[in-house]
Amino acid sequence: MRVPVSWLRTYCDPALSTAEIAEQLAASGTEAERIERLGVGSTDAFVVGKVIAVERHPNADRLSVCEVEDGSGAPRTIVCGAPNVAAGQTVAVARPGAVMPGGQELGEATLRGVSSSGMILAEDEVGIGEDHEGIMVLDDALKAGEPLAAHLPIVDDVLDLEVEPNRPDCLAVYGVARELHAATGAPLADDPTASDASPSGSDRAEDHASLEIVHPEICLRFTARVFEDVRVGPSPHWLKARLTAAGQRPISNVVDITNYLMLATGQPLHAFDLDAVRGRRIVVRRAQEGEGMTTLDGVERSLDPEMALVCDAEGPSGIAGVMGGQVSEVSDSTSRVLMEAATWVGPNILGSSTRLGLRSEASARFEKQLHPDEALAAQRLASKLMVELCGARMVPGTLDAYPRPASPRTVRLRLERLRSLLGAEIPDDEVRGVLERLGFGVSVDGSSAQDLEVTVPSFRDADVRREVDLIEEVARVHGLARLPTTLPARRRAVGRLTGAQRLRRRAEDALRDRGLTEIVAYSFTAPETIARLRLTGDGLLALTNPLSESQRVMRPLLLPGLLDAASRNAAHGRAAVALFESAHVYGARPPDGTANGSPAAERHHLGALATDSLGGSWRSDPAPADFYAMRGLLEGVMQAAGLDWRAEPVDAGDRPFLHPGRAASIVAGERTIGWLGEIHPLVTREWEVGPCAGFELDVEALAEVAAGTSKTYRTVSTFPAVLQDIAVVVPEDVSAARVEEAVRAGAGVTLRSTELFDVYRGEQLGEGSKSLAMRLEFRAPDRTLTDEDVAALRERIESQLEEVGGRLRA
Amino acid sequence: MAEQPITPPLSEDPTVRLEELRGEAERAIEAAARAEDLEEARVRYLGRKAELTAVLRSIGQLPADRRGPVGKAANAVRVALEARLSERSSALEAAALEARLGGDRIDVTLPGDPPRPTGHLHLVTQTRREIEDVFVGLGFSVVEGPEVELDYYNFTALNMPPAHPARTLHDTFYLSDEIVLRTHTSPMQVRAMEAQAPPIYIVVPGRVYRRDSDATHTPMFHQIEGLAVDEDITLADLQGVLLEFARAVFGPEREIRLRSGYFPFTEPSVEVDVSCFACAGTGALADGRRDPLCKGSGWIEILGAGMVDPNVFGFVEERGYDPERVQGFAFGLGIDRIAMLKYGVPDLRLMFEGDVRFLEQFGAGA
Repeated sequence: MRVPVSWLRTYCDPALSTAEIAEQLAASGTEAERIERLGVGSTDAFVVGKVIAVERHPNADRLSVCEVEDGSGAPRTIVCGAPNVAAGQTVAVARPGAVMPGGQELGEATLRGVSSSGMILAEDEVGIGEDHEGIMVLDDALKAGEPLAAHLPIVDDVLDLEVEPNRPDCLAVYGVARELHAATGAPLADDPTASDASPSGSDRAEDHASLEIVHPEICLRFTARVFEDVRVGPSPHWLKARLTAAGQRPISNVVDITNYLMLATGQPLHAFDLDAVRGRRIVVRRAQEGEGMTTLDGVERSLDPEMALVCDAEGPSGIAGVMGGQVSEVSDSTSRVLMEAATWVGPNILGSSTRLGLRSEASARFEKQLHPDEALAAQRLASKLMVELCGARMVPGTLDAYPRPASPRTVRLRLERLRSLLGAEIPDDEVRGVLERLGFGVSVDGSSAQDLEVTVPSFRDADVRREVDLIEEVARVHGLARLPTTLPARRRAVGRLTGAQRLRRRAEDALRDRGLTEIVAYSFTAPETIARLRLTGDGLLALTNPLSESQRVMRPLLLPGLLDAASRNAAHGRAAVALFESAHVYGARPPDGTANGSPAAERHHLGALATDSLGGSWRSDPAPADFYAMRGLLEGVMQAAGLDWRAEPVDAGDRPFLHPGRAASIVAGERTIGWLGEIHPLVTREWEVGPCAGFELDVEALAEVAAGTSKTYRTVSTFPAVLQDIAVVVPEDVSAARVEEAVRAGAGVTLRSTELFDVYRGEQLGEGSKSLAMRLEFRAPDRTLTDEDVAALRERIESQLEEVGGRLRA
Repeated sequence: MAEQPITPPLSEDPTVRLEELRGEAERAIEAAARAEDLEEARVRYLGRKAELTAVLRSIGQLPADRRGPVGKAANAVRVALEARLSERSSALEAAALEARLGGDRIDVTLPGDPPRPTGHLHLVTQTRREIEDVFVGLGFSVVEGPEVELDYYNFTALNMPPAHPARTLHDTFYLSDEIVLRTHTSPMQVRAMEAQAPPIYIVVPGRVYRRDSDATHTPMFHQIEGLAVDEDITLADLQGVLLEFARAVFGPEREIRLRSGYFPFTEPSVEVDVSCFACAGTGALADGRRDPLCKGSGWIEILGAGMVDPNVFGFVEERGYDPERVQGFAFGLGIDRIAMLKYGVPDLRLMFEGDVRFLEQFGAGA
């Protein structure tokens, strides 16, 4: 909402600068996004002048040489190009030295051999209108030499206010003035809609037009007045200046009056050329299925039955509350005007304008719910201006369809409640004062002096319905700056992270400590990206209104974001990166699942990806970013989590984005909680990155598994450990895990730990075999193990190994 | 020195001679500068053909009354010399080692083995954790909720029924008529109150989504919601809690300022500004230029807040949230915005591009 400050000050003028006014308004909730300065650079050198004589320019047909009295002594000679300049006119003059709106300074000039000392001004030259056809002709009562700024807003500030959606009353200059009055206590001018125009004639509005509301659920009130002998023409300078500063283009006096009323009071109006209203009949109804019309902006609109229409006897003439039609638009030849001021149903207007994709100044106000009283109030001021500015005759009477008249709302305010909610002592008379300045009626409730009976004015009816709404009014206007600063007197509240949250932090820190850098990637991705991962796309969640096709689906895993980042860094010359992300992934909700209350299947994952190589320096080679490098990182995470886990080969086709031979499922607590592996070469090719490996882990599952394990004390044995190195020869396809399992099965509980320290393949072993070297630690809780004990264990290990086709190497 | 046959002068008092021998031998040991010299001294004084050895060997031939004293004295000399030898030997070895090490010089200016490099937490994570920790210290718990959310929790239960004008402020992503990507972390207010009777003190960090994209708006960003409901929580308490937060995050000198605002789910609603940390609230930089961070105002808007609207309690009244018996505050702030302010990040989109040249700028994070 653009509020010209000169206009605002006509209603409420505290002794404050524009910036101070903006500050006062911001503190009470109406913030100026910016303050714009309009008009001339300085008001000096702009004065009223009288044209004494006009002669044709000797060397130019279109120019005139004028003698202008401007109060500075001798008349000055001004060369003027306007066709309408004439002797005897009172005009606006810029003397040499004047600083124009663009900032340029006016100098003495010689135009085709005649020197010109200043300029006679057109509207657009001082920013109060768009007219450049001719010079402004002012009221002859003005005296030569008077400062122009005293009569025209040639310089103005405009507050560009950010009005909250609950405050349609502040989408009006008078409403903003009321806020300023409440905040500062500076006097507020009488409501400009308080007095009405005088009708004349013996006819009645009903004689000229009829009105019917077919569907009262979409129209709370519809009022109309009739004006005859209307002279359509340009608006006066002051009106054009106000509209222009407020951001509305002046069109004609009748249309300008409707816009002016909307800006002044917040109530949109619509003027019809009554002679173009077919059947002289207004019908308010819902649109019919398949109905359409052309709005004022020339666009053909298709309508639905939720939309409210203003029609004449033959069809729609406007979409109610949103935009009028071309059918009965006011034109230069209009002489009879039907002025509409109606009250629509806010949510209905919001829905219509949303579905039409058409938001207008009018709909922005109606959608916030105006009160039916406002319609008639606006008719009063509009009528006065129609009579005053268009010379119109106001036909007596108002067409007024008001099916269910609203009665004023009263709300009880308990002063004790006010104090306990705000935590502040505000004197009773200050509470009353604030509410009264805002236009509320206040009386003491009969039963208790602690309670106030507050009557809500019509312009706040939609917003102030409850006690707490009144408390907000008092808080914001009394001044939030005066609020004490206290801390809650807490009871039974201990703040801490949950076990799962601490676990997640540890897991993230473990990756960070091992050199990985965290990314935050978008939660959405392209369906094609899922295909590039060789996934089917089943069970994906899709947005119905994505910003772009590349953000259509919610990602089911973190890997694509990590690959995108790796690819982008590779393009910048960083081929080797190690990245991780900790975030949600999404899928369609399983039919039976109600996991964590989400309407979707949503899990928190921790994903990592390393490309190219890790580490390395002038004396050590970097390690390839392969399966084992990634497994080492994962082991770090699992150690941080304090969880036992194992890697199991993935089933064929299960993780199609992984190298089938270098992929594993992460299994903990007998649950598969993630994957680990080298990225499939066809996938890395898609992202144009080198060989890379990654893992992805459901950290919620991790926390659930961790929550099921507990740590209890085990006796620390005082008897010495016996260390034995063994070498196990097995066929290639027997996994290390299987070998370890056999060793453990053979050795039993005295085997405290195993550590695999070498894998050997060679001619002595023959094709298809490998040797795993392991260090075994034996320890008994109750005695020192003897060589015989260990020899017996070896034998049992050996026989277990035979089961998997292995043997101990001598 | 050539080895000479030594004939024990038995005619003399052997103990005198033994002392002479000890003196000679000790001097020779001290004088040995190399291991070889020391070995020569050992052979000379303690070797098979040494005079002392001869004395020890000839003790049996002495008269019975002399055997004891002479034998004792000779043995004492032998023990003393052996100790001297061993001592000197250690000293020579140590000296030789020192000499060898002294010659083993490396280029100490070459780079060391790189430390296992520490990575980086994302700026958003660092900031989120910092904020979480402040509120945990103030007695709040951290809860999280779904990002794919029901329209009911995102709007309706926050006092924004369908067609409420405030819904137009949220450019919402839809998955269906009923399901949205949450536009703020506020839906967890009602979810948390459904799950827990009062009192409740929580903060809710997480991703949120709006259909918007430019330098300061991305379709995804991060918020932290706060909610405190108890019997007697006041707007003044909200101011106190947020002042503690602002000082913890932006510095102990900060002040905050409440301005009236509007949110459908709080009443009264406030916007909260923190005094600018770039210009200490003066609006001007040290060189007199207008502070671009706060645009010369001395204040920076950081969050929205207010007292929980009774209508919101109405959705959880059966869980013990009778608006006549409990009251509380809620607030919501943008994590990314706080991070951008603190670190001077000019463009929100940088946060989500995964460019390590950006991500590595902010340290490892705690």
